[in-house]
Amino acid sequence: MTNAPHGGKLVQIKQTYKDSPSLAGFKENQKLAVSRETATVVANIANGIFSPLEGFMGENDYLNVLEHMRLESDLPWTIPILLLGPHNHHFSSGDEILLVDGAKHPVALMEYEGNFEISRQEYASKVFGTEDKAHPGVAKIFEGNECAIAGKLKAAVKPDHGDYADYTLTPKETRILFSEKGWNNVVAFQTRNAPHINHEYLQKSALALVDGLFINPVLGKKKAGDFKDEVILSTYKAILANYYPRSSVVMSVLHYEMQYAGPKEAIVHAIMRKNFGCTHIIIGRDHAGVGNYYGPYAAQEIFKEFPDLGITPLFFKEFYYCKRCAGIASEKTCPHGEEDRLSFSGTKLRKMFSEGQVPPKEFMRPEVAQAILKFEHPFVE
Amino acid sequence: MTKYTSVSIPLTLHKRLEKLIAKKTGFKSVSDYVTYVLREVVAMHELKEVPEPFTSTDLEEIKKRLQALGYL
Repeated sequence: MTNAPHGGKLVQIKQTYKDSPSLAGFKENQKLAVSRETATVVANIANGIFSPLEGFMGENDYLNVLEHMRLESDLPWTIPILLLGPHNHHFSSGDEILLVDGAKHPVALMEYEGNFEISRQEYASKVFGTEDKAHPGVAKIFEGNECAIAGKLKAAVKPDHGDYADYTLTPKETRILFSEKGWNNVVAFQTRNAPHINHEYLQKSALALVDGLFINPVLGKKKAGDFKDEVILSTYKAILANYYPRSSVVMSVLHYEMQYAGPKEAIVHAIMRKNFGCTHIIIGRDHAGVGNYYGPYAAQEIFKEFPDLGITPLFFKEFYYCKRCAGIASEKTCPHGEEDRLSFSGTKLRKMFSEGQVPPKEFMRPEVAQAILKFEHPFVE
Repeated sequence: MTKYTSVSIPLTLHKRLEKLIAKKTGFKSVSDYVTYVLREVVAMHELKEVPEPFTSTDLEEIKKRLQALGYL
């Protein structure tokens, strides 16, 4: 038996195809163009990753999330799921509207429930804890619309994940996978990075406590300097093939746009993995953070607010290779100072790879480094 | 927005909780403490009543896909 979905029911919106007759015949004023990232949100709502949400939030849920970090129903939720669009539409409550992508292809059928204005400043300060536009999440909010369009999805076009289709599993699929493997306790690992040795130790330390490890890298729009999607997948394939037991570890990718909201995003990451059927989630140092906006362990502290989250966080201090310990250690287990740690900044790593060099094996598995070197431009620009 | 209601608890229990909260529990009020505890209890009970979200047909189809992809 896998963990119960958030809110008790895995949302399953009817799946359809682009050329389905039910999506034909809509006039231009019954259509709403959405971005690729919004189309990804639609797919995540449709297959239950965002359960119990059945569509884009209305004003009550929105305000409750901002003020109390909970949906109107009292369930924990920390980042609004909004469809921000133009004001110049003429939909009425109850209308069926067709969400379309940039190429005007159908994405989903939605029942319009209304719209409301958001304050970008309020959103930024309450979700990200800052209004600094240098924060990528804040910048995105200030670039977008202020009109939030609420509605429930009635049908969604099955997404085409292209090269990643074989590595993409829905919550229904992971639940059956975990069940077939006989795993009662499954720990999730969220990542947007190629694996370093410290990640491997984090994952394996957590795995020692449970039946299975679910590695769930995030693919989608990211900030400059992050690894590209294809590099993340390729490096994980390399490390899994060489250093992980097949019987207790699986990987599938999550299509999701990082918000870099630190602690608040950690809660949403946990909810998504709960919906995949995981019972635990690894929360390490600076989870979902960016720059110095959040304390290094703020994402661990926030879990204290949610006794009813329904997924257990496993907290770890940062792992690293300590030269004096001559092995992998953590802030909890090692008495030595930062000067004894083998560490590389993101800038230094990017420089090394661009010059065809590889970091030492105490920092990154050679197979992972070689997988990165196969890409001429491994980083998002 | 969240609305609130009152729940009656014995005054003696209220006093004990006030003393507990004063000992740096991190709670601002008895109401906060009671809400926290009740959320934990309610969630525990709700979890016990959830059936698996797939049918036997789903199960067979998905197992085939997972086998084809090498997951099983």
